[in-house]
Amino acid sequence: MTAGPGGGAPDVLVVDARGLRCPLPVLRLAAAVRDLPPGTRAAVLATDPAVVHDVPAWAGMRGHTVESVGPVDDAGAKADGRTDAAGYRVLVRLGP
Amino acid sequence: MTASGDPVDLDNSVAAPPLPEALEAWRAGALDAWADERARHGSGARSRLVLDEVRGALATALGDPGCLVGLPPDHVRALHAAVLGCAAPGRADGPVVLSAVEHSAVHHAAADAARSAGSTEPREVPVDGDGRVDLEALERALPGARVACVQHANAEIGTVQDLERVHALCRDAGVPLVVDAGASLGHVPVPAAWDVLVASPRAWGSVAGAAVLALREGVRWRPHEPGEAGASRRPGEHPGTVDVPAALAAAVTLQGLLAGPLGAADPRHALVDRLRGALATVPSTRLVGHPDERLPHVLTLSALYVPGEELVRRLDVRGLRVGSGSACTADTLRPSHVLAAVGALTHGNVRVGLARGTGPEAVDRLAEALPEVVAEVRRELGAEDL
Repeated sequence: MTAGPGGGAPDVLVVDARGLRCPLPVLRLAAAVRDLPPGTRAAVLATDPAVVHDVPAWAGMRGHTVESVGPVDDAGAKADGRTDAAGYRVLVRLGP
Repeated sequence: MTASGDPVDLDNSVAAPPLPEALEAWRAGALDAWADERARHGSGARSRLVLDEVRGALATALGDPGCLVGLPPDHVRALHAAVLGCAAPGRADGPVVLSAVEHSAVHHAAADAARSAGSTEPREVPVDGDGRVDLEALERALPGARVACVQHANAEIGTVQDLERVHALCRDAGVPLVVDAGASLGHVPVPAAWDVLVASPRAWGSVAGAAVLALREGVRWRPHEPGEAGASRRPGEHPGTVDVPAALAAAVTLQGLLAGPLGAADPRHALVDRLRGALATVPSTRLVGHPDERLPHVLTLSALYVPGEELVRRLDVRGLRVGSGSACTADTLRPSHVLAAVGALTHGNVRVGLARGTGPEAVDRLAEALPEVVAEVRRELGAEDL
């Protein structure tokens, strides 16, 4: 969990959940932001199409705000050097 | 861990165990009306007679003795026939309008109709968080449409639509309304607010083999399947034979069910209320679907952080057989479009459909086991404190 590819602005925490099947992307995101203050922004990158529905649903259940949801053409190269095919990116802000 | 008891089926919103009356009627039909109903001899005449009586009985049960009743082999084929038959290219080539929570067969047929007519894409009408169609959006979508498709109730989340208002809007716009009553007929009263109705006898406890496609007099419908050129085909009829024993079972069982308690009076309504109450306290879960405008026998819930297939598997081990709308449990590995349309969590989904005769013990077993199973899986995934 670093400000890796696709993270955008440096103040966005990036959760790389590419290659993981639901519910792991949501789980990883929730674990990453557990103790962080409201206003923190986090982006989850995933290849599982369910994240498009489930991250917003999680945000609704936890009182967070979705800033953007969408496919990404190039989710960037993973740490091991492999470049995955298109994925999804959901950007959330903790708190209402 | 809850003790395992005898296995109990709790996934009956689409397929229910056949009622004894269904099997009796089927057997009588199979012995009596096995001959091809098109044959010119006495045996064919016998099948034809039974079939005519069955169509008449179904039309009467639907409240419109003058409607034409087709008997396609199953619910999906009936939906294809309803949509494609009404959307057949002709003078009106506007789009198909459909709600976001229609059965996937309606979505497929609508897309197909657009492709073959070279016409505009289907217009999907959104639903609210409980799954109720946005009536203002529907009204805006109707002008120029070829046909509208709005289900009476949803088999996954149980939400019942305000069909009277939907039909009034369609009538005002001059658009025929196809109503999928596959989850509702036999369980809740179906209002007369339709132009084409599709129903699923298998879902009300009859046998598989014949579904229902009813067309009101005056509805324009054209066959969409290959057939004899120039041969006249009754509106709603499909090429090939009708499963007469299954159709007979459908008519007999429907008459019986409509004479009994439906909707809120159905004992299953109170059982589902009981289950809703018990499951509302499970942390980080959401009950999906309208709490009041709902089918008596359906309930669905999504639990954060757990895979749906794991919930289904562990409940199965405990003798509790439930369904799921989660991607991991689907053939297509895509999540339920219904859950997505209402903005519900698609992972960790458990779907319950109670067959008639399900007792409170089965429901109580589930009420006890489901929270345990959810907690167990969360513990294993390290998700207890998230």
